[in-house]
Amino acid sequence: MNQLKRILGIVWLLLGPIIIFVLIKSAVSNIDVHGKGDINKPLPWIIIISIFTPIAVGLMIFGWYAFKGEYDRLPESSNEL
Amino acid sequence: MSSTKGIWKVISASSAGTLIEWYDFYIFGSLSTIISHKFFPDSNPTAALLSTLATFAAGFIVRPFGALVFGRLGDLIGRKYTFLLTLVLMGGSTFLIGCVPSYASIGGWAPMLVLLLRLLQGLALGGEYGGAATYVAEHVPAARRGYYTSFIQTTATLGLFLSLGVILSVRRITGVEAFTNGDGWRYPFLLSIILVAVSVFIRLRMNESPLFLQLKSSGKTSKNPLKESFGHKTNFKMVLLALFGATMGQGVIWYSSQFYAQNFILTKCLIEYEQANTIILIALVIATPFFIIFGSLSDKWGRKNIMLTGMLLGALLYRPIFQQLYATADVSKKVILANETSIKYASEAVKASAGDSLHTTTITNYFEDGTRQKIVSKQKILAGGEKLPAVVTKETVLGETGRINMIAYIALMVVFVTMVYGPIAAFLVELFPTRIRYTSMSLPYHIGNGVFGGLVPFIATLITTLPGTDYLSGLWYPIIVAALSFVIGSLYLSNKIDNNIAD
Repeated sequence: MNQLKRILGIVWLLLGPIIIFVLIKSAVSNIDVHGKGDINKPLPWIIIISIFTPIAVGLMIFGWYAFKGEYDRLPESSNEL
Repeated sequence: MSSTKGIWKVISASSAGTLIEWYDFYIFGSLSTIISHKFFPDSNPTAALLSTLATFAAGFIVRPFGALVFGRLGDLIGRKYTFLLTLVLMGGSTFLIGCVPSYASIGGWAPMLVLLLRLLQGLALGGEYGGAATYVAEHVPAARRGYYTSFIQTTATLGLFLSLGVILSVRRITGVEAFTNGDGWRYPFLLSIILVAVSVFIRLRMNESPLFLQLKSSGKTSKNPLKESFGHKTNFKMVLLALFGATMGQGVIWYSSQFYAQNFILTKCLIEYEQANTIILIALVIATPFFIIFGSLSDKWGRKNIMLTGMLLGALLYRPIFQQLYATADVSKKVILANETSIKYASEAVKASAGDSLHTTTITNYFEDGTRQKIVSKQKILAGGEKLPAVVTKETVLGETGRINMIAYIALMVVFVTMVYGPIAAFLVELFPTRIRYTSMSLPYHIGNGVFGGLVPFIATLITTLPGTDYLSGLWYPIIVAALSFVIGSLYLSNKIDNNIAD
């Protein structure tokens, strides 16, 4: 199980930049000055990309920790934190 | 705390305040169309920009920020005064939204004031939940922590219930016209001040959390909760695990089963406004006891197993359930009673125009199962004879069987919510130490709910704009996020219950 946790760590690590790329690509293709929906306005995209980028970085860090075996054993008490 | 009476006092005081905060937050969302019309007219680009900010920033930026600000305060000065502060901030902001003069009266100040108050609401909400959950968990016996904290978990759904109930009641009392175009919509906001005053009075009489007091008296409170929560790898990795293995999936299940379902039956199934909201209200009433049931079961079966089962069920069953919701309202599959169809025509002169007229055709179709559908076509004809394109709206009122089926489908989805949400307070509390608990649990909770959950409508709309998609395609977002969280949670989380949260 620990081996699987570590291997999947690489997947989470790669998923972070993929999410950022997909969001930026979607923003570029949907922002339209003539469009009327929220999806066509730049502001929601700016907010979403700026809030999702640190989350995607968090996912990469999570993946890195998983890959390094930090989740092989979880703390049993708060004294270990 | 050993006395059962004392525990119930703690739970009721905490839950009442949290419920009111959710009520305050939801009435803005439920009345967003009216608010938009009153404060953010499309004709003014700045107002429209502020409207977008009010919609997106309150949930996505300010809620997690509130979690940091108030989480830190809660770990520094204590739970009781922090969540009293969030309650006053939320209630005051809500009341003031009800008092702000419209754009027509004070121009650009109106949208700016409403935006500011909405941001304060988001900030307060970000601080409230972590405080209430921590406060209750730190008072109750370890063996029944899931059961007792599940009462706090009912408040988000009951807050939605209360907001819908108050809106529908006020709408009936004042009449649709006065509610929408007059000042009727303000009453649900103004009512908040009474609810908050009662709740503040109750909370003021409560004592500080015993675990926090113990920590404080021994001088072991955190000096810098933010640094300890997110700057130290040992704790930060647990924050990340809580987010990606639990709250991320929980957030999308929560929003999809309640808000997306509500939006879906209104906009895709075209169910009439009052019937749609009544269906949601009844489904919420049916499913709410399951928060307590699953919270209680999590004390025996573990938090992880129940939460992940809820995520898996949502990921597997959303598409078939939403398909059934659509089919229930789809009149093209129903047998029409042709000789009962009624057609009405009406024409009127358009006020303050140079002879323009508005022609309305109303067709009401009746179906064998008791369903009726009203199709209203409005066409403006200019004085010179030019016809503008007709605007057609459809509204379906389901017959008894369809109504019951729709309630059952939505109640089932709310049961998924109760599985993921019922045990999560106990789960998060047990994951972090007392000295930084408020800060550490608030951030993943509000990113999971505010960002991942709050994005459900936006990303669902985004998906439906892609080529080859249909009315169910928007569901791929919550399905994928819930499935991802299920995989991460299954692999990395432990199902073991931490009985000692005093450390």
